[in-house]
Amino acid sequence: MAAHTPLYDAHRLLGARWTGFAGWEMPLSYRSIAAEHRAVREHCGLFDVSHMGEIELSGPQAGAACQALMVNDVRRLGVGEGQYTLLCNDQGGVLDDLIVFRLDDQRYLLVVNAANATDDLAWIRERAPGDPEIRDRSAELALLALQGPDAEIALRGLTPLDLTMLRPFALMEGLVAGLPAVVCRTGYTGEDGFELLVDAAAARQLWDAVLEAATRRDGLPCGLGARDTLRLEAALPLHGSDMDASTTPLEAGLAWVVKLGKGDFVGRSALVAQAEAGVERRLVGIQLDEPGMPRHGYTLRRNGVTVGSITSGTRSPTLGSFIGLGYVAAGMAAPGTPVEVDVRGRFLPARIVARPFYRRVKRENR
Amino acid sequence: MMEFPEDLRYTKEHEWLRTDGTDAVVGITDFAQDALGDVVFVELPAVGAQLTCGQTFGVVESNKTVSDLFAPVSGRVLAVNQVLRDEPELVNQDPYGAGWMIRVAPGRREEIDSLLDAAAYRAFVASEQKT
Repeated sequence: MAAHTPLYDAHRLLGARWTGFAGWEMPLSYRSIAAEHRAVREHCGLFDVSHMGEIELSGPQAGAACQALMVNDVRRLGVGEGQYTLLCNDQGGVLDDLIVFRLDDQRYLLVVNAANATDDLAWIRERAPGDPEIRDRSAELALLALQGPDAEIALRGLTPLDLTMLRPFALMEGLVAGLPAVVCRTGYTGEDGFELLVDAAAARQLWDAVLEAATRRDGLPCGLGARDTLRLEAALPLHGSDMDASTTPLEAGLAWVVKLGKGDFVGRSALVAQAEAGVERRLVGIQLDEPGMPRHGYTLRRNGVTVGSITSGTRSPTLGSFIGLGYVAAGMAAPGTPVEVDVRGRFLPARIVARPFYRRVKRENR
Repeated sequence: MMEFPEDLRYTKEHEWLRTDGTDAVVGITDFAQDALGDVVFVELPAVGAQLTCGQTFGVVESNKTVSDLFAPVSGRVLAVNQVLRDEPELVNQDPYGAGWMIRVAPGRREEIDSLLDAAAYRAFVASEQKT
């Protein structure tokens, strides 16, 4: 029996087509992935991402526990700030990627991938030093993402919070549509946008209010299909596809997240060793010169020799061409390097290209 | 509401066939495009290729899946819809019109006669949806 978010009925009324994801039945799209994708790039789109997990660490030792378990430097966070970070195993393999927010002096909220939420919780309980209180808040919280260049102006009318003061990866607590919510300036689309944490019981009321505001700005409700094409154009890796416990952050292009100098943390010695020895493979962006869908596991060749494989791919709605992420031998990771993608026996010409595939243009004076 | 035009013939693999003079035009049905979701790529045979009734003649891919296309009749491919190369979404937007896939010179008229008519296909789709 698949799990449902508190917004299941709302999605049904909107005529969602469904997809299974990590044990959840989630909206794939409501009308078309391409239209939803375009709405987020040009106006705004509203996603239900309540399947994601929320774990709270609190107490005098909560900060030190985060610092010991995560690769980024949590001491850089002031109250109300968040950062992208990773949980790694002792071998430096990526157990999950997440955002950690500092809610107050001794309280941290981790927003983790749905597929990993249970394992993350067990890992944190097992490996957290000290004795922080560890609470799984996944069931009590819903998470909505309003994304796109018009997200701020759409949300502005629903809240007394001064959203212009909310910086990327920061959060504010306040009323949205009259409901207590946490507003974070985060997302997974390559656009400006917000993620709203709200009590599960208030999720439907908030969804309806934000969707109405978004619709007035030519926004659309969006499913996981558009979420995937949007994050791929932005070259944001997906845990479970583009990285997992057998890949390290250095291989996955996430060295910038790893603060080797911050002191000890789980996986540090393995990552220090790999940083010194150099990586053997790298996650790269790949753009096909001819139409053909690159899918997870498809082989990459160069001069007839296998050099790696695709980890995820799609037809880019913005570019009109086919793009993917994949690992190649480190020596041929430079942008411009020609490769071939084995699309079920057809060897399609492609090139390694700089990431991201799409970069938003900041619009002023809106 | 799903459309199954009365003037077309259908297969249980969800292709349609329209007789146009002596030619036959082939595509996938409204039901098929809806089940696939956003079509992102259509792989079609070369002009001149010989199709065998019931055998695969191409592939249609959506974000979530890859599906074979099955020839509703035997015959020679006279034309393929080149526009789908750059605009595969036409299969979703207009499955019986601009989203057509191939034009065929049918080898055996009796193969067309044995295809489902609209009422039979509608009943078949209804039975598929129940299971």
